[in-house]
Amino acid sequence: MTEHAVAAGRAARRRRLWRRFRRRPMPMAGLVLVVGFVLLALAGPLVVGDPAAQDYLATLAPPSPAHLMGTDDLGRDAFARIAHGAQVSLQAGVLSTLLAMAVGIPIGLVAGFYRRWLDPVVMRLVDVTLAFPFLVFAVGLAAIIGPSLKGVVLALGFAQLPAVIRITRGEVLAVREMDYVAAAVADGAGDGHIILRYVLPNCASPLIVQATVAIPTAIIGESTLSFLGLGVQPPTPSWGVMLTTAQQYLSDAPWLAIWPGLMIALATLGFNLLGDGLRDVLDPRSGR
Amino acid sequence: MILRIDNLVKHYGQVRAVDGLSLEIAHGEVLGLVGESGSGKSTVGKCVLRLTDPTAGTIELAGRDITRLSRRAMRPLRRDMHMVFQDPFSSLNPRFTIEQIVGEPLLRHKVADRRGVSERVSAMLEKVGLRPEMRSRFPHELSGGQRQRVGLARALILEPKLVVADEPVSALDVSVQASVLNLITDLQRDMGFSCLFITHDLSVVEFLADRIAVMYLGKIVESGPKAEIFAAPRHPYTQALLSAAPVADPVRQRERRRIVLGADVPSPVDPPSGCRFHTRCPLAYDACRTDEPPLTDTRSNGHPAACHLITADRIPDAAAHR
Ligand SMILES: Nc1ncnc2c1ncn2[C@@H]1O[C@H](COP(=O)(O)OP(=O)(O)OP(=O)(O)O)[C@@H](O)[C@H]1O
Ligand code: SF4
Ligand SMILES: [Mg+2]
Repeated sequence: MTEHAVAAGRAARRRRLWRRFRRRPMPMAGLVLVVGFVLLALAGPLVVGDPAAQDYLATLAPPSPAHLMGTDDLGRDAFARIAHGAQVSLQAGVLSTLLAMAVGIPIGLVAGFYRRWLDPVVMRLVDVTLAFPFLVFAVGLAAIIGPSLKGVVLALGFAQLPAVIRITRGEVLAVREMDYVAAAVADGAGDGHIILRYVLPNCASPLIVQATVAIPTAIIGESTLSFLGLGVQPPTPSWGVMLTTAQQYLSDAPWLAIWPGLMIALATLGFNLLGDGLRDVLDPRSGR
Repeated sequence: MILRIDNLVKHYGQVRAVDGLSLEIAHGEVLGLVGESGSGKSTVGKCVLRLTDPTAGTIELAGRDITRLSRRAMRPLRRDMHMVFQDPFSSLNPRFTIEQIVGEPLLRHKVADRRGVSERVSAMLEKVGLRPEMRSRFPHELSGGQRQRVGLARALILEPKLVVADEPVSALDVSVQASVLNLITDLQRDMGFSCLFITHDLSVVEFLADRIAVMYLGKIVESGPKAEIFAAPRHPYTQALLSAAPVADPVRQRERRRIVLGADVPSPVDPPSGCRFHTRCPLAYDACRTDEPPLTDTRSNGHPAACHLITADRIPDAAAHR
């Protein structure tokens, strides 16, 4: 009975949020772009050809029915490479963000909740690292870790960490002042219970929004690292690697730069629009 | 005595929120703690429930000193007391259903299993005038009055001996204040809990309280049985508070002389010397600025009040002076 009532309440809440979200055109456009991107990354590699297959008779060929997006200098199909590159981008974006959240949220929760003891130390470290621009930090980390997809994920994940900690901690500081936290203390609830059942759920909305901002930043980060040779290594197709190649053929084969550039832009735009929409919908202060 | 507070002090850095306050509440008694905003009322409530650590003084719950108990040692005692908060919007966890909110104390103190919780929550909701179907709702789906009833249900579900009610109706629409107040009155008669009822508005406790304690800048300036306080307030501050409160009786309302207090409430960071009320008191004289008046009852029929005039066995009349 208890679980049933709770589940019913949660379902009702989700339906209400979805109704609110659906009415807005820009977030819906963002959702469509994100879903398209994820589909491309998951299903694309299954339908397109081998991204490494070289067609020596058609190098630097413009878009045609045989090669929808044209071919590169080695005669590899650009569309196949874009689809496989989407997979790399999605992994880099999502895994690095998950890593940052998995490590950063607990640190932020504990720092914000035990403000007196831990907070000064943690925040000093966060401030120092936040003084570096995200990409500079990521490039530095990637240079240390070494070039590979795993390295990209680790570098981008750690580069995001300070921001995640700062946002979580800021939310915790606000939430812990709420009377419902005092009520839980008055019940005799322990810190663990209060942090997990009272504080964390009430910090979740801004963190979800943060994730939708962090993923596209990490996608750009992956492209940048790969473009600089610090990320995914050549035969593996990545949008950043494709840009590096394209740069040499800008006048002969401009499409080689246009496709990955356009994909990065669309994926980034999609996540950002989605994030803006989620921010509006999840904010309890906005209309019911 | 269910609650005995002796010389309680709570400073937040420079802010002397509570500065040497004593009061007692007997079993089943309702004490109205009255004072302006910033006088330290909520801080007293939070100290009693050990939601914040007192700077000095002692707090006894049912004869047991709880002032320095650890959080773990406090835990079993929390069955016996709970709090109703002022703001019905921040006092309920937005992510919990009403059943989870009201049932939480039961699970915490292992009084009921999950099935038992559901039944007890339903029964409690009915007691506070809510339909049991409300169980599956979330707080934001409820009106302010309904939320405050949920807050009451949560505070009362373990049948505590002491309830601290911190301005439980002042955030509500005037139209629902009376019904929630009546509900609290009925529940108190029914369940017999003792209550520290905090309010800035004397008229709110006129029917509910047995005794009244008036607070000014972290200290009690007058306390006594409700009837005496309302009929014959002795401290000039109480007289001023009463003259500002609406009175139900139109004859009394017309006869009444309104005492307007000049100047703002002084900052608790640097309270006035001598009698803390002297910057606003219409009767203040030299001694008030230098000497602090003790809380005494010199007149045989009187109750304690802290004013030099009373110590000198004169009857202050702030309204006569303008
Ligand atoms: N956590 C805190 N940190 C610093 N100062 C505080 C804190 N809580 C309260 N104060 C200060 O202590 C004083 C008393 O506050 P308190 O909330 O107890 O007053 P109150 O009588 O309940 O007033 P109100 O009617 O506004 O609720 C005020 O000056 C307030 O600013
Ligand atoms: S002691 Fe003086 S200032 Fe204080 S209340 Fe009495 S008359 Fe007024
Ligand atoms: Mg208060």
